[in-house]
Amino acid sequence: MMKSASLPPVEIPPPDTGNLHPLLHEIRHALARLLEEGEPTIIDLRALPLAPGEERRLEEALGEGEVEITLQALGTTRITETRYSGVWRVVHLDANGEVLGKTIEITTVPTLLPAQPGEMARALEELEGALGSEDPGE
Amino acid sequence: MKKETTLAELLRQQGVSRRGFLKFCSITASLMALPPSMVPAIARALEQARRPSVIWLSFQECTGCTESMTRSHAPTVENLILTAVSLDYHHTLQAASGSHAEEARKVAMKENWGKYLLVVDGSIPLGNPGFSTIAGIPNLEMLQEVAEGAAAVIAVGTCAAYGGLPHAAPNPTGAVPVSDIVKDKPLVNVPGCPPIPVVITGVLAHFLTFGRLPELDGLGRPLAFYGNSIHDRCYRRPFYERGQFAESFDDEGARKGWCLYRLGCKGPITYNACATTKWNDGTSFPIESGHGCLGCSQPDFWDGGGFYEPLSRLPGGGTAGLAAAAGAGVAIGLGASWLARQRQLKARGQAEEDSR
Ligand code: SF4
Repeated sequence: MMKSASLPPVEIPPPDTGNLHPLLHEIRHALARLLEEGEPTIIDLRALPLAPGEERRLEEALGEGEVEITLQALGTTRITETRYSGVWRVVHLDANGEVLGKTIEITTVPTLLPAQPGEMARALEELEGALGSEDPGE
Repeated sequence: MKKETTLAELLRQQGVSRRGFLKFCSITASLMALPPSMVPAIARALEQARRPSVIWLSFQECTGCTESMTRSHAPTVENLILTAVSLDYHHTLQAASGSHAEEARKVAMKENWGKYLLVVDGSIPLGNPGFSTIAGIPNLEMLQEVAEGAAAVIAVGTCAAYGGLPHAAPNPTGAVPVSDIVKDKPLVNVPGCPPIPVVITGVLAHFLTFGRLPELDGLGRPLAFYGNSIHDRCYRRPFYERGQFAESFDDEGARKGWCLYRLGCKGPITYNACATTKWNDGTSFPIESGHGCLGCSQPDFWDGGGFYEPLSRLPGGGTAGLAAAAGAGVAIGLGASWLARQRQLKARGQAEEDSR
């Protein structure tokens, strides 16, 4: 490894907006609400000022869970479960891989996942068309 | 006719799936600084939304505002918003020029009389009609003519909103903002030099979603974006509270990221979303890059008395700024910006109620 040059070390204390701790509490309250009343919550991280480095600390605090999902819809969306069951991190990217939005969802199944009724209806038509019959069950 | 297609149909035609549409809605909610719980309402509204015609007029300006929007960091969403509107006239962006361009404007106005959105960047010179013209038509005349048939007017950039640089002393062209000319139409100011791109598209998205302009502050700015001061949401705020200030751009304090108040930061009296929305692909904002806020979204920021003078040393603005900062200081310990956000969410809760 290269030895660092003679520049004196610059000591930078981690900046702190004081927002990280309240955010984790907000998540805790939301999880309790989900468990007791079944009410889901979405927290928009863009609405919150976090200092450089604080976002990484948030990531560390939430950790990794069992589920990792990638969606291809209007660019990629990555959904990962955190170490806390029911707490999901959702990152929306555009076609160039730039981040468009980040949310934390406290819910059983993230909102973008379930198949959509309109599209299932179109899928059924398509499948019927592919099988060349109006009623493939017959 | 094409404009009668709803936005949902338009996206479907472009191969955007329902999930893609919902993703678009959730990003739009975030753009508009609305709580995520409003996504279903936004989806319902956007599904029915018709494409509004937009006429964009550029007067005494530097094209920075158009640059800002077309270089924005969310191309997909911005493009979709722009697809969602029918931009019928913008003399910098449109292919047609000269009499063809003017013809396009006349046609769009006639077809959409009373319904189109008018976007203006740049100020209007009253000193001499010849100071600034488009196709030989003085700015004032064109603004009056186009504003007459507009459903609403969006003044983009500090020049259109408050006069901006052309209006700075001694104001050689007699520049005035749009609000001095257009008095009888719903008008929203989106100041900034330039404004944050997502704020411009956020206002468009709001109009698309709700069919009306968003809630405004006393200076005609949308509260969702201009509801907090830079200082309220600045990550250097804890240094300010502890009295740790950089005294020069290269001292120990500057290197440690201390507060830039004494180097002229105008964050305490400036209302804008830079601290959270950020610039250049979300990289940073001026204070994060080590320079104080210039206050570019405030009226007459050019004449404020010096970008590098601390507010406390400036006549008038200083005392106002200090008082505002001291008042907000009560919230330390709980995270000042956190509380500010809670207040804003409360205000938005009302908006949510209204939309139901
Ligand atoms: S004075 Fe400027 S740098 Fe200091 S906390 Fe306020 S906004 Fe941030």
